[in-house]
Amino acid sequence: MNAATKIHPTAAPRAMDLSRKLRWRSIFSRGMDGLVALMTLAALVPLVSVIYMVISKGAGNFRWSMLWQLPPAAGMDGGGFGNALVGTLLLVSIGALVSVPIGVLTAIFLTEYSLGSKSARIIRFCAKILSGLPSILAGVFIFGVLVATTHSFSVLAGGLALGILMLPIIILATEEALLRVPRFLREASLALGANRTQTVLHITLPAAASTIITGVMLAVARAAGETAPIIFTALFTSYWIGSLREPTASMAVLIYNFSSVPYDNLVNMAWTASFVLILIVLVTNIVSHVVANRSK
Amino acid sequence: MQTATAPLPTPGTPWVGNKRAQRSKLFDSFFSKSTFLASWGTVALLLWIALEVGYAALPAMRQFGFGFIIGTQWDPTSDQYGALPLIYGTLVSAGLALLIATPLGVAIAIFLTEDYLPLKLRSFCKFLVELLAAIPSVIYGLWGIYVVIPITTPLGNWLNAHFGWIPLFSTHSSGPGFLPAAFVLAIMILPTIAALSSSSLKTTPMNLKEGAAALGATRWDVILQISLPIAASGIIGAAVLALGRAMGETMALAMLIGNNTQISPSIFAPANTIASLLANSFGEATGLEVAALMYLSFILMALTLGINAVAEVILDRTGASTRHL
Repeated sequence: MNAATKIHPTAAPRAMDLSRKLRWRSIFSRGMDGLVALMTLAALVPLVSVIYMVISKGAGNFRWSMLWQLPPAAGMDGGGFGNALVGTLLLVSIGALVSVPIGVLTAIFLTEYSLGSKSARIIRFCAKILSGLPSILAGVFIFGVLVATTHSFSVLAGGLALGILMLPIIILATEEALLRVPRFLREASLALGANRTQTVLHITLPAAASTIITGVMLAVARAAGETAPIIFTALFTSYWIGSLREPTASMAVLIYNFSSVPYDNLVNMAWTASFVLILIVLVTNIVSHVVANRSK
Repeated sequence: MQTATAPLPTPGTPWVGNKRAQRSKLFDSFFSKSTFLASWGTVALLLWIALEVGYAALPAMRQFGFGFIIGTQWDPTSDQYGALPLIYGTLVSAGLALLIATPLGVAIAIFLTEDYLPLKLRSFCKFLVELLAAIPSVIYGLWGIYVVIPITTPLGNWLNAHFGWIPLFSTHSSGPGFLPAAFVLAIMILPTIAALSSSSLKTTPMNLKEGAAALGATRWDVILQISLPIAASGIIGAAVLALGRAMGETMALAMLIGNNTQISPSIFAPANTIASLLANSFGEATGLEVAALMYLSFILMALTLGINAVAEVILDRTGASTRHL
């Protein structure tokens, strides 16, 4: 009885206090809701702006002949970026040719032969560290190993530098894809008398194929836009490439070289090249996104 | 009927010819060995990169020793090389970018993991944020030259005119410099922070959130007192990883930071980073300059790989998936 009378007088104001606090808390919560929504929108403004600029400044000047003409000399009109387009395709192909087999084999080793072992942990850790390697250092490494020793910049050197960057992406994506293949498929295959290699090649890899392809496409898209590793390995030329031991132009380096020159034609060409490059990269990304969603 | 008349394999011999079985066994061991070689080859590649860069830097290491790190001159014409302005530029630009990108990235992560939006719209938003990471660095650089610099230059000059007594704003803004570079860099690392933060926010157990909500917590009581504390180490890991990315980022910075190897406290001053100096100088470098650039590469590698290793360890402990939003 005594206790109740003691509590009673303070209880009413405290309840009012509480409801005021509650109102303040819900106002605060609503305010923060708006703030994070606004910040998310704000973060998408640059994306819209980049795409708008590339379309408005790049697509307007686009001519089909740009795809097969050579870059113009400084101050001249016309021209195109045919050699850069070929160069980028060559560079990315060389990179993929080197990195896809090694990357897929590494991932197979991680998931099929040494799952959960200590060596798998070491290899995965190295792949992750390699994926954080600044792209320019891949170029520096290839410069030291290949360019400085042969005294020539070449498309081969540039392609290998891109391969180094693609390798960890492919390893990690393939590993994830293989891990998603249900264990019973492998067990069934082994129980039917297939050996490990047959199981991997005929059961596990086909089951994971679409996810692996997604990973490869993302790696290709990233490599196509990379500039830093090829700027002093593949260098740049204004001519068609004759052999794999020659330097080559590429879309990314062309954009860089033409971005801050005082000639309007070249600057416009940098924008148009950006438009084409972004188209390649975004289409690759969107297609791989669709493939990935379908495989889920 | 058919199967009954088919000839049965002779008992004692396997139905696959012995030769074929042998060949597939051989191929099996060849294949498993090649996976072994490929994966240790990847490890060897990482070591080879470190050794090659270190070895090529040796002449400069002998010449300048540790004094290289605190030297303030970078002058190829007189063969004087000091890395301090570049290390400073690298750290400051990456730090500024992180300062801008972390709050934004965490906000995006919260907006996309707490159920604000219908599922379809949410996954579309995630896709858009991921696209930010897909745009090539060199295109961000081009965009920065023609869109960001024309915005930051008058802003910088206004701040300089009114608050010039603050060292941060102490110089006139002539265009390229820390501010536009850091701004573009922030956009580039934003997807990393958003993706990793949201995957660690997702690890919050649902019953904790529901329990708190049942006790009368508002959405933000839950976020601030339950989700964020649980995700904190993941978010820190994300920020550290993004810092490593930012320090290694090259092209956008080479185009926006102004290529000036002088130290200035002002965020409007042109500066330079290790990566962008490498991009601009390697093509034409000879002799000792190559060794000095290799020494710089070595420093950059030590910094970024160290930071990445720390981030991996932090993120590994949180157990969140580290690859998707």
